[in-house]
Amino acid sequence: MASSFFAAKATSSSKLTSKQRVEPALQPWVEKYRPKTIDDISAQEHTVAVLRKTLTSTNLPHMLFYGPPGTGKTSTILALARQLFGPDNFRNRVLELNASDERGINIVRDKIKNFARQTPRAETVASDGKVYPCPPYKIIILDEADSMTQDAQGALRRIMETYARITRFCLVCNYVTRIIEPLASRCSKFRFTPLDSDSAALRLSHIAQAEEIDVDKAVIDELISTSAGDLRRAITYLQSASRLSSSSTPATKIKPVDIQEIAGVVPTAVIEDFARILGIEVQNDMVVDDSPPRVDGRGGFEPIKKYVKFLMREGYSATQIISQVHDLVTFHPTLNGRKKSKCALVFAEADKALCDGADEELWVMEVGLRVNKAVLS
Amino acid sequence: MSLWVDQYRPRSLDALSYHHGLSERLKALAASGDFPHMLFYGPSGAGKKTRISCTLKQLFGSGVEKLKIDQRVFLSPSKRKIEINIVQSNYHIEITPSEAGNYDRVVIQELLKEIAQTQQVDMGAKQRFKVVIINEADSLSRDAQAALRRTMEKYMSNMRIILCANSTSRLIAPIKSRCLLMRVAAPSEDEMLAVLQSVARRVGFDLPPEAGTKIVEDSNGNLRKALLVLEALKMQSPDLTGPLSIAKPDWEVYCHKVADLIVSEQSPARVMEVRTKFYELLSHCIPPTVILKTVAERVVDKVDESLKADIMHWAAFYEVRMRNGNKKIYHLEAWVVKVMSLYKQFFYNIDMSEFD
Ligand SMILES: Nc1ncnc2c1ncn2[C@@H]1O[C@H](COP(=O)(O)OP(=O)(O)OP(=O)(O)O)[C@@H](O)[C@H]1O
Ligand SMILES: Nc1ncnc2c1ncn2[C@@H]1O[C@H](COP(=O)(O)OP(=O)(O)O)[C@@H](O)[C@H]1O
Ligand SMILES: [Mg+2]
Ligand SMILES: [Mg+2]
Repeated sequence: MASSFFAAKATSSSKLTSKQRVEPALQPWVEKYRPKTIDDISAQEHTVAVLRKTLTSTNLPHMLFYGPPGTGKTSTILALARQLFGPDNFRNRVLELNASDERGINIVRDKIKNFARQTPRAETVASDGKVYPCPPYKIIILDEADSMTQDAQGALRRIMETYARITRFCLVCNYVTRIIEPLASRCSKFRFTPLDSDSAALRLSHIAQAEEIDVDKAVIDELISTSAGDLRRAITYLQSASRLSSSSTPATKIKPVDIQEIAGVVPTAVIEDFARILGIEVQNDMVVDDSPPRVDGRGGFEPIKKYVKFLMREGYSATQIISQVHDLVTFHPTLNGRKKSKCALVFAEADKALCDGADEELWVMEVGLRVNKAVLS
Repeated sequence: MSLWVDQYRPRSLDALSYHHGLSERLKALAASGDFPHMLFYGPSGAGKKTRISCTLKQLFGSGVEKLKIDQRVFLSPSKRKIEINIVQSNYHIEITPSEAGNYDRVVIQELLKEIAQTQQVDMGAKQRFKVVIINEADSLSRDAQAALRRTMEKYMSNMRIILCANSTSRLIAPIKSRCLLMRVAAPSEDEMLAVLQSVARRVGFDLPPEAGTKIVEDSNGNLRKALLVLEALKMQSPDLTGPLSIAKPDWEVYCHKVADLIVSEQSPARVMEVRTKFYELLSHCIPPTVILKTVAERVVDKVDESLKADIMHWAAFYEVRMRNGNKKIYHLEAWVVKVMSLYKQFFYNIDMSEFD
């Protein structure tokens, strides 16, 4: 499968990329605001500190970057490479292979061999007048390396050794355990952590300022909580929200609910109503004029079924509903551990079932009924 | 002569009834020059497809309505032929990759690459990009979704993708984070009634409110179903007054019969009887999940409160197994046995826990 996949690919993929030019205004912000130097990288202080030293020394180890999506792995290595070689030499010194579609064993052999074979030469003063260290080796970036086959990784081992004198490898991946040990042990490992909320807030505010859009702290907070440390997602949501708010007439300010809608989050009020029907007490910190009708979760089957039907008609996704009910239960101040544990079981079962493609309505219902039973027990 | 659902389908964003906020947003996006990839999701018959084609028209003008339908043949890695129907205009192309079964990745890759490579030929086109509509996106395999992930970033300059799905649960996170999500909820009962009335007016008759309400209640938020029922009723009794009986589809009546059989007697002989009925339904291509859900809901309506949750639990339990298993009938039958034993246990207070 992998090899024929590769064969189909090789004919058409390479010549495409260079033609694509997107006007800056229409560029996705995630690309537009990709850090240019390693000092632009938010958080990840340890990694940045170590890499900064490599800018002054002439040596660089093989590297392995790992961590969850949108934490700056690809950006860091690209920025580092640019700072090492400058704009003129970047092209002939850095090879970026995106493993997600070029993962056949042949690619690893041919492309890397060809690239590594050409001897590096360099002028250190670049056309932009700056001086770059331009150390005497090339960098090969293997992005999304965890989706490379074991065979391809095995082949890489030899290649790394053969060209060790003139190349440095940087493997980038989400799951470090999917990199075979002999490869991993040849590299210095750098762990990228999900962005803390302060760093994320800073970066998002910076982008908002540069785009001249007016965002409240509440919106930033919402972005951070819906994206869970994935800055790429946060930036994408921000751009979508700004697109929508600026194109509505009259232009309106971005509101936290807009972010929720874009992220596919079920409105808090809806989840809280559901929770009440299931018998979970929900604090109401908002002052509502007419207090909602008392529901105590003892209404039995019918109200739960009715509410699940409503959720389905509204089109909310089951995984999203369940993850929000999960959070509400798990962090609930008064439910006891025993009840929470019973709920935990059904959340796990539901997640597995949905991954297996189960019917969404049946499983939201199942979660509702079992949480209800656990809470009343 | 086409059906009313097609004949009176709104053709422009302005003509869309309900969810006006959504229509405004789509209009604004179409005008912005910065049109993103999009994911429309919501229940069946809520108006996703209608909204998508109205958006296309807003983007490209009436040229998108000149459609041609082609059959294309793709080769799987093992050189098997995969035939796919493709609907296209000069500005867009529409595919339903689930037609390709396990080979959806091949279709997605080949087709999208082909489109990405061809520039817009029509110099007068309003947009530089072509739109690719992918129907039933939630049934795309993981492989096909992974193939999309890269393509969506690389070919942004001359292609936009619009995904249409019932739910976002089965789409991988990297795809969702590259799209603008558009949730199309089912219309409310009042909104549905308004659509039925406006269609009636355009056909040239008055819809009595009671009839309208009845149709709406019966159709569970599915506007397509409501319109089909309206047309059928109008054929049967042209004045639409008096007590209306909305004929349930045969399979539904049949499912209800099955439920009644389960509730009225619990015995091995009855299991066999029910099994024959399941076979009958399956051989008429009623999806097994629909059978299970319809029967279960009816059973639950007829039993004691204390049994309802358990019956639904086992329905959920066997539905997933049925999906992963091969023989649908086994799982349907297992569920029936389970329900019957629960029922007996309830009535005779027999301890059956060893069967769990
Ligand atoms: N630490 C960071 N500092 C500044 N910007 C960041 C950081 N992390 C992510 N970003 C932003 O998010 C975008 C995506 O980041 P990047 O491509 O580096 O993620 P990644 O870690 O490689 O994710 P994946 O595992 O999905 O490939 C960048 O273009 C940048 O705009
Ligand atoms: N906004 C609307 N206003 C009036 N009629 C609509 C609207 N949306 C959908 N319809 C009607 O409902 C039918 C089903 O809609 P469709 O877009 O096919 O639903 P979905 O794609 O969500 O399954 C259409 O044929 C059309 O007649
Ligand atoms: Mg990356
Ligand atoms: Mg449809």
